[in-house]
Amino acid sequence: MELFVSEGNPHCLKVLAALEVTGVQCSVQYVNHEERVVPFLSRPTLPALLLPTGLHLFSSNAICRYLFEVSGQECSEFCNQWLEWEATDLQPALLQALYMAVLQGKGSEVSTVLQGPLKFLDQSLSKGGMPYLTGEAVSVADVVLWAALYPVLSDSSQALGEHKSVNGWFDRVASIHSCLSAAQKVLQGKGLQGMKSYMQRQPAPQSSQGRNTQPCNCNPIEGEEGERAFSEEELEAAILNWSKGLSTSPLATDRQHPILPQEGKRNILVTSALPYVNNVPHLGNIIGCVLSADVFSRYGRLRGWNLLFVCGTDEYGTATENKAREEGLTPQLICDKYHAVHSSIYKWFQIDFDFFGRTTTEKQTEIAQDIFWRLHKNGFLVEDTVEQLRCEQCQRFLADRFVEGICPHCKYPEARGDQCDKCGRLINAVELREPQCKVCRQTPVIRSSKHLFLDLPKLETQLEQWLEKSTSTGDWTTNAKQITRSWLRDGLKPRCITRDLLWGTPVPHPDFKEKVFYVWFDAPIGYLSITANYTDEWEKWWKNPHQVELYNFMAKDNVPFHSVVFPCSLLGAQDNYTLVSHLVATEYLNYEDTKFSKSRGVGVFGDMAKDTGIPADVWRFYLLYVRPEGQDSAFSWADMALKNNSELLNNLGNFINRAGMFVTKFFEGCVPVMELQQEDKKLLALVGWELQQYIQLMDKVKIRDALKHILNISRHGNQYIQVNEPWKNIKGGDTERQRAGTVTGVSVNIACLLSVMLMPYMPEVSQTIRNQLNAPQSCVSTMLQGNGTFVCSLCAGHRIGTVSPLFQKLEADQIEALKKRFGGQQPEDEPSKEKTPQSAASTQPAAVPAPAAAVEVVTVNGVDPEKAKQLTQAVAEQGDKVRALKAQNAEKAVITAEVAKLLDLKKQLALAEGKSPEPAPQKGKKKK
Amino acid sequence: MALRELSSLEKYLGLKKPNKYSTQGDKKVPVLQNNNGPPMLGLATIACHLAKEAKRPELLGDTAESRAVVQQWLEYRVTKLDSCTKEDIKFILKDLNLYLQDKVYLAGNRFTVADTLMYYGIHPLIVDLAIQEKEQYVNVTRWFDHIQHYPGVRHHLPPVVVLKNRIYTSRHH
Repeated sequence: MELFVSEGNPHCLKVLAALEVTGVQCSVQYVNHEERVVPFLSRPTLPALLLPTGLHLFSSNAICRYLFEVSGQECSEFCNQWLEWEATDLQPALLQALYMAVLQGKGSEVSTVLQGPLKFLDQSLSKGGMPYLTGEAVSVADVVLWAALYPVLSDSSQALGEHKSVNGWFDRVASIHSCLSAAQKVLQGKGLQGMKSYMQRQPAPQSSQGRNTQPCNCNPIEGEEGERAFSEEELEAAILNWSKGLSTSPLATDRQHPILPQEGKRNILVTSALPYVNNVPHLGNIIGCVLSADVFSRYGRLRGWNLLFVCGTDEYGTATENKAREEGLTPQLICDKYHAVHSSIYKWFQIDFDFFGRTTTEKQTEIAQDIFWRLHKNGFLVEDTVEQLRCEQCQRFLADRFVEGICPHCKYPEARGDQCDKCGRLINAVELREPQCKVCRQTPVIRSSKHLFLDLPKLETQLEQWLEKSTSTGDWTTNAKQITRSWLRDGLKPRCITRDLLWGTPVPHPDFKEKVFYVWFDAPIGYLSITANYTDEWEKWWKNPHQVELYNFMAKDNVPFHSVVFPCSLLGAQDNYTLVSHLVATEYLNYEDTKFSKSRGVGVFGDMAKDTGIPADVWRFYLLYVRPEGQDSAFSWADMALKNNSELLNNLGNFINRAGMFVTKFFEGCVPVMELQQEDKKLLALVGWELQQYIQLMDKVKIRDALKHILNISRHGNQYIQVNEPWKNIKGGDTERQRAGTVTGVSVNIACLLSVMLMPYMPEVSQTIRNQLNAPQSCVSTMLQGNGTFVCSLCAGHRIGTVSPLFQKLEADQIEALKKRFGGQQPEDEPSKEKTPQSAASTQPAAVPAPAAAVEVVTVNGVDPEKAKQLTQAVAEQGDKVRALKAQNAEKAVITAEVAKLLDLKKQLALAEGKSPEPAPQKGKKKK
Repeated sequence: MALRELSSLEKYLGLKKPNKYSTQGDKKVPVLQNNNGPPMLGLATIACHLAKEAKRPELLGDTAESRAVVQQWLEYRVTKLDSCTKEDIKFILKDLNLYLQDKVYLAGNRFTVADTLMYYGIHPLIVDLAIQEKEQYVNVTRWFDHIQHYPGVRHHLPPVVVLKNRIYTSRHH
């Protein structure tokens, strides 16, 4: 039997203590943290016990239990319970605590993290009334828990509060000599610092763990409902803020183009990853880049930063050439067409670019070629030959996607040059058997072609120095840092920057005349050229690292190009370029737990969102609410309806509407006089605190987390109204009426604050609220200055405008219909599906992809697309009418009659679409 | 979820009188309400208790070694498996696949509660696997298929179709 341990590993402390306490004979080997002792585990895991049978135990608790058992002390059920609690509850908290104390130097926060588990332990010990956890004698549970807690409890700098019973128990176990001697062996008397090298190798603890705890689906207030207590000083400060009133010098509100960096201001340049022009973006693309960047830009402008937000379409490359061939247009025409599509989608989503450009411009050629020559001159480009397929008939080298052939792995006959659609494996185009040019079907030949490579290894040291600084001072998301680190760890290789294509920025070097720049080299330069198309003074933004902070927004797949490759281009060009200071990358947004897929018609694409009849602001809200911040999340129709109905309608909308209605109904539309009582002051302090949290999070680009504080405020507001019942008080005597006035006045001011905080998220709703409240424009800038101050912006006597509901309910049937419509069956192929109920799809092996070709519109008896279109319109209108009636609480008979009309229209529509008018049966394809 | 597992386990063990359970905290830790003692906390702890109650101690392992192995996998279930992230899944399946290469059950040649609880816990991961991935983790799927067909185990979970032979004979990547 052999025990493997490493120094500074707290789990090894457990097993060594158990070994000493039980006196079991076993040899101990000290190994490195990185040593892989257990053959079947891919991550190094210590401690490990090699059993006589040759099997390894890799859990420290199981090892301790085993040592106790062979020494004759079996583990009781009580013990089991403690060991399980230690593993599931105490360890996650300890890991976080040690991480903060050892690596982040935040020792002071350790006690908060450990508060819960320590309290539980303390209560159990004092309730049990026994010296040890399970009775009168030391058990395996005592040794394990003591050893687990030893590093923090023995550290005198950790003030962990009064846990009398824990302290007594801890000292009792510590007095067992074997325990202390084990601690000495593992920590070497260095205390917490003895664990540093071990902790550095541990993954950062996640605050919200687990695939089951989707942050997007849980109620954001859960777990925070507890009353926040404020001191007298904090209450005083809140009152002081409240009575400050609006600032007299409003910031310049209108943007003057061109926006240029200004001395003494915070100059911020925001870019969103350039969407590729030939695809219509889906919701995942939108939340990943343009929408996130838009929210942050709007917020930054409110904060008074001098901010420029640019983006544009990425237009060069193979995919565009392909699309052009498919549609029989020139690449330029394709770009023009889809650039317009992108523009209109973003316009509908209210993305407020300062400039939305494109990469196929003169400036792009000029700047890309300049950077190229600089790299060339500085010796950062190297030449090499590459083997490629060339079609003699078409007289050109074939990009991977222009070749098809037999997959060398699975023999699938239509594998593409980069990947096989059937087995999914990556392929090198020259490996394909019987390759064919996709255009002329001739067999291409293998030719070598000379290319230029960016010498990344040569730039690696410079890059690392810059990265160290940028990632430590800027706000890089964790995934951005991790992806970058893993690229560097694997070592950088030279990267080809040229391509044998036509549609691209031409390489100016005479030896490479026929070639263009590869997209990944060219596309990020688009940020510069797009800015150059916005203003001739673009260099004030892009060659000004001392005055300008650059924020890049993107999805995580784009990180390496922005953190490694593009910075290397700019560093190598040596022209004082502005490099990224804050790299903000999202994870992926899935669609109903599957991927968005254009070819399968799964998911919502930018151009379809507006056809759903759901307002752009509600789309923005939901996408931001489920923003894949920190981990993947999923878009779900049912969840969207739920969030709309619960958060927007019942929480936020309800509060703002009630506050406004009270002013209108009870006080003739004028804000009443407010006499603040203790309870009101507490609310002001609470709202002010939420506002400050919001600002802290937004400053760090935690967009989803900040949104939750907006919703918290309206939740507090609703509660406040509910408790104080102004609708009752208004009918009472003078004191009661006075109270109703104060509550109404405070509430309507909170509504005004909410409109300001909502502005980056829901610009239209935000403006509507201020219009309804007739709020002064200066309230916007006043409250978001500094740390955030909640001021009384609608004073007594202020006259508000006309108040009306802000949101509409999303009905279950409406959502069901949308779910069906976007769930993967194209609307056109529904009739053909109907003819073969329980289609063969479900019995097909999953590995065979569904035919990708678009299904032709099948004319079935009675199908009338034109009529269907008219009826769709009629159904939508009638639906709105019914909802409006319901919202007004119209008479039941009236509603019933209108609903009947709606149902009839729906029936007609179904017939016109060739569907059976009964509710559609479940489709053959199973959905999770 | 954990409660449904426990009730399935009770059925498997043939316990006549169903126990009373509740849950505690955000993580919904199961609690067994015991008439003649304090409540018992934690999925693994309760599962072991049930095996004892049903007088089936062999389900917890028949030697000190196998008992430790059973406990180790129970712990693995409530820690690693229950809090795994998307990235972890790959590692978990890879490791288990290697571990199960020469084993019929998690604790060697005998069926134990570790198999039941690991099966319940890994079910959602297996459901999500594509056919190629199931093939990649062939030992895991073999074990999984075996356990889901073990008399009286599956109960509350839908069966998962797994292929037992490979579609492709060799691997290139």
